[in-house]
Amino acid sequence: MNTRWLTVWRRNFLVWRKLMAAAILSNLADPLIMLFGLGYGLGALLPSVEGMSYITFFAAGQLCTATMFTASFESMFSGYSRMHGQKTWDAILYAPIVIDDIVAGEIMWAASKAWLTGSTILGVVMVFGLASSPWVLLALPAAFLVGLVFSAIGIVMCVLARGWDFFSYYMTLVMTPMMMISGVFFPAEQLPAPLLAVAKVLPLHHGVQIVRPLLAGAPPPDLLLHMTVLLAYAAAGYAMAIHFARKRFSS
Amino acid sequence: MSVAATSALSAHALRKSYHAVEVVSGVDLAVAPGECFGLLGPNGAGKTTTLKLCLGLIEPDAGEIELLGEAVPRRAREARARVGVVPQFDNLDPDFTVEENLVVYSRYFRIPESRIRERIPGLLEFAGLAGRGDAKIAALSGGMKRRLTLARALVNDPQVVFMDEPTTGLDPQARHLIWERLRRLTQEGKTLVLTTHFMEEAERLCHRLAIMDRGRIITEGSPRALIAEHIEPQVLEVHGPGGEEKMRQWMERVRGLASRIELVGDTVYCYGQDVEPLLKSVSGELGYLHRPASLEDVFLKLTGRDLRD
Repeated sequence: MNTRWLTVWRRNFLVWRKLMAAAILSNLADPLIMLFGLGYGLGALLPSVEGMSYITFFAAGQLCTATMFTASFESMFSGYSRMHGQKTWDAILYAPIVIDDIVAGEIMWAASKAWLTGSTILGVVMVFGLASSPWVLLALPAAFLVGLVFSAIGIVMCVLARGWDFFSYYMTLVMTPMMMISGVFFPAEQLPAPLLAVAKVLPLHHGVQIVRPLLAGAPPPDLLLHMTVLLAYAAAGYAMAIHFARKRFSS
Repeated sequence: MSVAATSALSAHALRKSYHAVEVVSGVDLAVAPGECFGLLGPNGAGKTTTLKLCLGLIEPDAGEIELLGEAVPRRAREARARVGVVPQFDNLDPDFTVEENLVVYSRYFRIPESRIRERIPGLLEFAGLAGRGDAKIAALSGGMKRRLTLARALVNDPQVVFMDEPTTGLDPQARHLIWERLRRLTQEGKTLVLTTHFMEEAERLCHRLAIMDRGRIITEGSPRALIAEHIEPQVLEVHGPGGEEKMRQWMERVRGLASRIELVGDTVYCYGQDVEPLLKSVSGELGYLHRPASLEDVFLKLTGRDLRD
């Protein structure tokens, strides 16, 4: 099996380890402040949502959203900095490593970092007694899958980018609206039918649909469907990332 | 025996276009093992593209390449395992220290950790950075960064080292140190392939060189042979305060005394076997420089004096 991507993953891991404290803080502080602020604040006004406390309801959404953001920031901004700013990819390509290995290593790295965000939020949620069933453990692989999807898409954006502002389009036009309609803050069923239909083809919705039942302590309905959609996004993102990275680096 | 088997690097009829502009237009080259080969040319001549093609980083539109017996780009990865590269612009990893840069880079070659540790002191010494292993990249001078980049290219003990303008942007001290190191590599039997537009660098280091312009190799040979073949041995540069017109008049007066003569701006360049007679006609307020012909004269003769921006 080709494990050359692992050396790329390991390089990023070593840099992360040096700046670990700041990296963890910046990935976790925002989502946790939002989780507790909105969860308890707004939650006090709401009796229950879908049969659970609002904060538990929101925790599932926030876990997926924070995972998405970590994956996207790492693959787009940090990835672009390594690829374009520092020319780290160029240096690696002089070694017996090809662009496909770098793309795979970068996607796996961003997914790993995103997984750490997701799983730490899960840990905090459990410490605060917001979820306690053994089903919760399945949220760990689910978080990795969500991370993988957004890392793959993020690397596609990275290798297509001609400048930093390119990422603003994706964030403002795709990520933010997706967060609003994917059942993160409120049940997606409340949306007008056309918006719900849009949400159902987007990956974040399917991540939330897997994680929310798990936090509530039950097997997710339609698990196979949700996983298939997420895996399809990850696979398509990976294929596109390889395609556009090869194109970028062959000229 | 075929040419390929006796060459460290050979390329035949290489072509590469970007957006309908051909930047490499039929390049042939062969570099023997242990040779220091220089690729010279003005900006935009196609030198960097040629290097990238030889390394298999980009695919040629046509032509064949063999690097260390491996067909490139098909088996470029295998070839690059035994090759080192010093790029035109340093791309050291700013997040790592000097030593970490070497360690992390070694791992891309799958060199065992124990072997990496063994090699680090020697590499640091080579880079003139002994005792500076813990230094941050941002704290290094331009010369130090270049030497570290050179040391990084040696982590896999390569047989061939490619260098794209190895001393561009360095001060004379730093440049001379790099030259000394490159000679050391040649003495160790490594094959060097470098691009440069410093003629002095090419003259000092290269056993053989090729001059490239507009995607083609226009001549090749040893520095001495190229000078002997293309240029008269003596050069007299004459300039004066009267401006271009005055110098043109002076040039017309002495034209018969030089085998070749040209006016560039307000300077007259006279080339010949013997320019002593000419020297006698340099009088009054004219200034002059009398010198032996150099590779730069060959270069300018063959590639012209037009700016290439």
